[in-house]
Amino acid sequence: MTAPPRRPPPVLTDDNEGFWTAARDGRLVVQRCRGCGARHHPPRPMCPECHSVDLGWEEAAGTGVVYSYALLHHPTHPAFEYPVVAALVDLDEGVRLVTNVVGVDPHEVAIGMPVEVAFEPTADGFAVPVFGRRGGG
Amino acid sequence: MTGRLADAAAIVGLGQTEFSKAAGRSETQLAAEAIVSALADAGLPVSAVDGLVSYTIDPVEEIELVRSIGAPLLRWSSRAPYGGGGSQGVLLHAAAAVAAGVADVVVAYRAVKARSGARFGRAEVSGRATSSHAGTTAGQWCAPYGVLTPASWMSLDATRYMHVSGATSEDFGRAVVQMRAYAAANPNAHFAGRPITLADHQASRWIAEPCIRLFDCCQETDGAVALVITGADRAADSRAPVAVAAAAGAGVFEEEIASNHYRPDLSVMDSSVALAGQLFGAGGVARDEIDVAMIYDAFSPILLMQLESLGFCARGEAKDFVADGNLGPGGLLPCNTNGGLIGEGYIHGLNLTGEAVRQLRGESSNQVDGATTALVTASRTGVVLRRG
Repeated sequence: MTAPPRRPPPVLTDDNEGFWTAARDGRLVVQRCRGCGARHHPPRPMCPECHSVDLGWEEAAGTGVVYSYALLHHPTHPAFEYPVVAALVDLDEGVRLVTNVVGVDPHEVAIGMPVEVAFEPTADGFAVPVFGRRGGG
Repeated sequence: MTGRLADAAAIVGLGQTEFSKAAGRSETQLAAEAIVSALADAGLPVSAVDGLVSYTIDPVEEIELVRSIGAPLLRWSSRAPYGGGGSQGVLLHAAAAVAAGVADVVVAYRAVKARSGARFGRAEVSGRATSSHAGTTAGQWCAPYGVLTPASWMSLDATRYMHVSGATSEDFGRAVVQMRAYAAANPNAHFAGRPITLADHQASRWIAEPCIRLFDCCQETDGAVALVITGADRAADSRAPVAVAAAAGAGVFEEEIASNHYRPDLSVMDSSVALAGQLFGAGGVARDEIDVAMIYDAFSPILLMQLESLGFCARGEAKDFVADGNLGPGGLLPCNTNGGLIGEGYIHGLNLTGEAVRQLRGESSNQVDGATTALVTASRTGVVLRRG
């Protein structure tokens, strides 16, 4: 029997639930304005470019590069293994995500590293996008 | 419009409690004690107080505070947003209130039990997406990834800053060694009598690798600081007034305190660039007038980043500015002479303002000879103070 996932689930709001429910289904989406086409992350209720409130979700390619990272050692939380590899990933669509890099020796993570999306389950049946080195390896 | 409020107000009283690991009393009591002390320093009765200003992430309820100090009539109160980043915003709010004539005597305060009470640095998962005006709403995007503390939020910016500037952990350590040297000579400091070497800094454990070691972090502390602010016209009646020569605040698109990682270039503190434009822009204060600076050092990397973003050195040159001893006695910009938040303690930034007042009164433990103009900044809010 496998232990249930301990990673904390996202907190859903009216403005973010499209992102997280897609992630639960294994899809990485980016908010896109149906008025002017601008992409936004974090998602928001109004497009700051054109003030449209007609915003939708577009599936992302799932590829990007590490913009920055840190190996978090202390303090610890029981839901995570340490060091936590915290990262900022710039998606090819031009938005940035806070995430984890997984499946890589933490000391090999570097700014500029090409990555691709994967999903990890959370408590309460959700999943969150994380990133592994692109092309395996 | 300059975006700054100049020469409208003065700090006429400063009070504080002891700084400790366990105050053994409530934040409300700590605030009340610091306020009573500040009013005594100002030579004003509590009946003169008609304004209160704090900043967010404040556990003290104004009504409980008024019940304790006994102020009979409050005409005005406010809280500056953004937690510690708003700590110098209290002076903009207070100066604006007295300049507008809605209050005559404003008390600004911060009381924390950051050591014995709710510590910022504990890894906890919030069940809420908003932060009650603390300016950390983007933390909701961090929590599922174990990015749970101010150090972890800031580390993502700091690693990028290292990448762009070439600064190393040793470069951050040189600034920390200077903060700890100042703290060593400050009897009120958490690290009084406990200087460190660069080797000590490099031996301290990683909090967030490769940018933040234990000794790069501010010291969560219990205590309170209070300031009394009046109009410039009333200040001459007080013992040792300090003029608020300029006060400003700046919040820029897509930037929170520390948990927002969506600006294009995280190696620059855009709000500090904007703040500097307001304080030092046309007709404002000249940077070379600043005799001593207090710069919000919650973590040492943001001290170097602010030195660049405020314009005291060029991009990527803060490491050299620090290595050349410019933050120390006799340097170009003696900085955080109380030991900073890293060495004196973390009273959420308002103890930096207190140290600036002491410098301009000639009462610092690390007195800068002839200091007449001081800068205090907390990334997005800042003031220039002048000897009265």
